[in-house]
Amino acid sequence: MVSKITLEVFRYRPDQETQPSFDSYEVPCEKDWVILDALNYIKDQIDGTLSYRWSCRMGVCGSCGMMVNGEPVLTCATFLNKFLPGPVKIEPLEHFPVVRDLIIEMSDFIGKLQKVKPWIVRKEEKSLEDGEYIQTPEQLGDYKQYSMCINCMLCYSACPVYGLEPEFVGPAVIALAQRYNLDSRDQGKGEREEILSQDDGIWQCTFVGECSEVCPENVDPAGAIQRYKVAATNNWWKSLLMPWGKSE
Amino acid sequence: MDNFSHDVLIIGGGGAGLRAAIAVAEINPKLNVAVISKVYPMRSHTVSAEGGAAAVIKPDDSLDHHAYDTISGGDWLCDQDAVEAFVNEAPKEMLQLEHWGCPWSRQDDGTIAVRPFGGMKIERTWFASDKTGFHMLHTLYQTSLKYDPIQRYDEWFVTKLIVDDGRCQGAVAIELATGQVQAIAAKSVVICTGGCGKVFPFTTNANIKTGDGMALAYRAGVPLKDMEFIQYHPTGLPFTGILITEATRAEGGYMLNKDGYRYLQDYDLGTPQTEPVLRSMELGPRDRLSQAFVKEMEKGNTLEGLYGQFVHLDIRHLGEKKINAKLPFVRELCLKYENIDPVNEMIPVRPVVHYMMGGIHTDINGATPLPGLYAAGETACVSINGANRLGSNSLTELLVFGARVGSVAAEFASNQSDYTFDMAYESITEENHIKNQFFKEKKNQERIADIRKEMHKTMEEGCGIYRTENSLLASQNILTDLKERFSHVAIDDHSRTFNTELVAALELSNLLDLAESIVQSALSRKESRGSHQRTDYEKRDDENYLAHSLAYQEKDNKPRIEYLPVTITKWPPGERVYGR
Ligand SMILES: Cc1cc2nc3c(=O)[nH]c(=O)nc-3n(C[C@H](O)[C@H](O)[C@H](O)COP(=O)(O)OP(=O)(O)OC[C@H]3O[C@@H](n4cnc5c(N)ncnc54)[C@H](O)[C@@H]3O)c2cc1C
Ligand code: SF4
Ligand code: FES
Repeated sequence: MVSKITLEVFRYRPDQETQPSFDSYEVPCEKDWVILDALNYIKDQIDGTLSYRWSCRMGVCGSCGMMVNGEPVLTCATFLNKFLPGPVKIEPLEHFPVVRDLIIEMSDFIGKLQKVKPWIVRKEEKSLEDGEYIQTPEQLGDYKQYSMCINCMLCYSACPVYGLEPEFVGPAVIALAQRYNLDSRDQGKGEREEILSQDDGIWQCTFVGECSEVCPENVDPAGAIQRYKVAATNNWWKSLLMPWGKSE
Repeated sequence: MDNFSHDVLIIGGGGAGLRAAIAVAEINPKLNVAVISKVYPMRSHTVSAEGGAAAVIKPDDSLDHHAYDTISGGDWLCDQDAVEAFVNEAPKEMLQLEHWGCPWSRQDDGTIAVRPFGGMKIERTWFASDKTGFHMLHTLYQTSLKYDPIQRYDEWFVTKLIVDDGRCQGAVAIELATGQVQAIAAKSVVICTGGCGKVFPFTTNANIKTGDGMALAYRAGVPLKDMEFIQYHPTGLPFTGILITEATRAEGGYMLNKDGYRYLQDYDLGTPQTEPVLRSMELGPRDRLSQAFVKEMEKGNTLEGLYGQFVHLDIRHLGEKKINAKLPFVRELCLKYENIDPVNEMIPVRPVVHYMMGGIHTDINGATPLPGLYAAGETACVSINGANRLGSNSLTELLVFGARVGSVAAEFASNQSDYTFDMAYESITEENHIKNQFFKEKKNQERIADIRKEMHKTMEEGCGIYRTENSLLASQNILTDLKERFSHVAIDDHSRTFNTELVAALELSNLLDLAESIVQSALSRKESRGSHQRTDYEKRDDENYLAHSLAYQEKDNKPRIEYLPVTITKWPPGERVYGR
């Protein structure tokens, strides 16, 4: 006999109710099931109105982040039986407005991604006829970790600064800026630092590192923020010594 | 964007769609191009591609080698003019992505590294460790952000194409967040909506791969080409169907039956060597490997698991260091989802539905027979993939044909007058249609999940790796019945806000149409070629079937199948030889 487990799921339907509530569903706790399988079971068999995002079911599209018993996780990468005997509480990612049920509003994050110019900036482009930019495995290693972000936003849910200061660009976006800053092909570091320097949130980051702890891809956004701060402080000193000099 | 009118509308924000959008913006920055996608673009399924993307760069390789591998891999059903264009433009497109920042894996001297893949004479697969699709998609997405003319409709679901005055002039879509149904006008429309693996139960494909774009075109009168050709990848994890990339075999993995025997040697795929040999054994083409699995199963040589029969993929001998360097994602997936560590344990695998060779009929530039309508990527059938796609050609195809289609769609849009339909009328009509279809109380009410489950079952049983007339006819009957039952579907959710149940219903209706076209195409093709294996017609028949099938939707009737001869340039049909 397969054991059963109860999921207490956050519900909010803005066209029907003004206050969120919780619905309880009892589901089988199959050995190989992840939390997402249980949600799909509910949707298919019990209650078609439950809404959430998902797609790849292999931890790479970044869609399925939720709070499970208060922790931000990818629901497709979290086994259900870990939570036996239950119940398990499923809520939308913290620190974001809720659109409906487990679906959060993410346009703020999407806007911030664009803000830091996450593309290769060059004074002069190499022509395709001249082949690839040479980049040694070591140079690739300099930024590789920061290029692994799947935009799942778990780090935003874990970030105490973002919780208080929604203006803060936040961990993943800073890691993304660093991903390009540290790429040997890129020359846009100055432009990005100018953008980041207008963000007070960065200096409020206390480097507790909750963001890196919850990150499913080991991007280490906290490390990226720390590196940025060190670089920015150095550049600030440089700019005092050479008032008209642009930071490179 | 407020007036919902654009020069070019691209449906789909995966690899093909984003490449096409950038092409439009670069060719003519004055054009207003919009990308509409049912998920945020970086969630598109291109993100999950692991192994790599093929393009000739090694001095000992040649365009002809790449073309020949592709054509023989495709069992001579590829259009050779398209393949020649493809292999020719592939290196430039891959380099372009390098210039845009894609973190390609490198050799020690800093030049691009390549790895071998199945069915390849010389290694030519570029890779970004084993998250190639992920890096390509994020590079394209991030690069697309620098082009101001590219506008986006994120999380909008397209339900219908608008055809007026003999040309495609836009689409109707639901904004998921608000439930608003809105007609969007465009001078040219490009479909880049990916494949339809979700016709089957056991697949590497994500939940969103429901072939919507194929169904949109099909209903607008455009034929679907070569739909009977469905690629089973030989190595999926049982239960989840998560893909274990071919790169595991390219790096030296072995396929073993229950006795620890490298069974592929019994299927005319060569003799086992310790080191991987190109176009041989584990590096044979996918169709042949998946078929060998079924034969082994029939001989009783596979293992019995909780989720059916399986064999082993063994990479233990590669050692932890190489596995971590070249296949970190494979290790991560096995640990996370299968609870095994491939460094010390063998990986259980079985064939899994992976890729659609068929799709919307287009010419070499991505143009469909309907003026103003274009397609590229997995949703399209140019065809460079023939009867069996060569691993790592698809990602490259997204770039080459994404760029091509972008440029022709831009050109077409530049010479068109404004749209001629009534935007408000189209919006309201479609909204009413959707409401009538799903929101009414019905007698004998049916559930989406039940119909989907039965479609899955009959497709797997009747239209899998091996097919016969009887199995296909049985599927055909069941599908007819399921379509009838689908008209009784009513959904619980009547909310306008992010109605995912409505999305699932619309997707299922697309899947049912596509399933029907697949079965009909498979019934018509009375031969065995590549991934289409008929046990009642075991031989390839070039006399009658060196031709693409074209499925047309007929009102209240079965799809009509026509044939279009394959274009042969340099490589007359020959025997597919692997391992000898
Ligand atoms: C697990 C896996 C591994 C793979 N590995 C490789 C590999 O190593 N090498 C290789 O060459 N190929 C590989 N492939 C194949 C390859 O990844 C795909 O064929 C390719 O990525 C498809 O890209 P696409 O742009 O055509 O579609 P997708 O990336 O699937 O994008 C489809 C887009 O269309 C949008 N869309 C769909 N329907 C609608 C609608 N109704 N309304 C609005 N928008 C819609 C979606 O939102 C999405 O943005 C792999 C495939 C899988 C599944
Ligand atoms: S940094 Fe990590 S936690 Fe944050 S969005 Fe990226 S992958 Fe998710
Ligand atoms: S569903 Fe894609 S990350 Fe979970």
